[in-house]
Amino acid sequence: MIDWCEKCEELMQPFMDGSLSDEEVAKAQHHLELCSWCAKRFRFEERLRHYVRVAANEPMSPELKAKLAALRTPLDA
Amino acid sequence: MTDGAPTTADTRRLAEEARARVRFEEEALGLSDQVYRVARRLAGSREEAEDLVQQTYERAFRSWKQYTPGTNLRAWLLRILTNLNIDKGRRQQRTPQTTSLDNEAGDYYLYNKLESQVPDENPDEERVLEKLSQDSIVDALAEVPHDFRDVIVLVDIGEFSYADAAQILDVPIGTVMSRLHRGRRILKKNLADGVAA
Repeated sequence: MIDWCEKCEELMQPFMDGSLSDEEVAKAQHHLELCSWCAKRFRFEERLRHYVRVAANEPMSPELKAKLAALRTPLDA
Repeated sequence: MTDGAPTTADTRRLAEEARARVRFEEEALGLSDQVYRVARRLAGSREEAEDLVQQTYERAFRSWKQYTPGTNLRAWLLRILTNLNIDKGRRQQRTPQTTSLDNEAGDYYLYNKLESQVPDENPDEERVLEKLSQDSIVDALAEVPHDFRDVIVLVDIGEFSYADAAQILDVPIGTVMSRLHRGRRILKKNLADGVAA
């Protein structure tokens, strides 16, 4: 007897990355429709991935941007 | 032909090369925000990231002829950047390469831990996510061993494909996928460990 909550925890990352077979996706989806406990954890993971991307983003300083622009080859060279 | 005088063909070739070079430099500079975003999380500090990005562009502009037009320029730049980062040996000193299974937990572990700290009965996932601050994510990511962090930074933050990440890091795609999965689990375990018990 498969514990589908356990199985879904195992499949969560490949499921979200789109690297599961169609059959595995269908089985996981079926469980997620029935199990709000797992569904919530999947939604959390999606939100977390987005949050990590936003939180890790630190804009470049204008000084660095100017330094990079100055590296260009002068047009009359 | 008179000796030394450039022919029309030479002049045309030089003009074409100059145009190609300008196009290359403009295109590369247009990607600098994305390159910096990745560099900032690969490097330990803002200063290191700025140095790395500047050196990357210096090297890229010097060796621009090695870039094949039409291929992924962002990945080409990141390949230079990660090589420079490795050359400097900065990363080896910062975080231990080895990681034990203690750093990993299942994919539900973080949620379970955070949920238990929210006073509401059966809270929704947004309330649970609020337990994590932006700083806690940056700190937890910095603590992920570099082999795993590099992949998270490229794929989840830089939004590179597995194939591009594999090319940038010079490892097989399967390695990218397994490091990504383990790395995300380590990141979540670090986040869980960072919240008050």
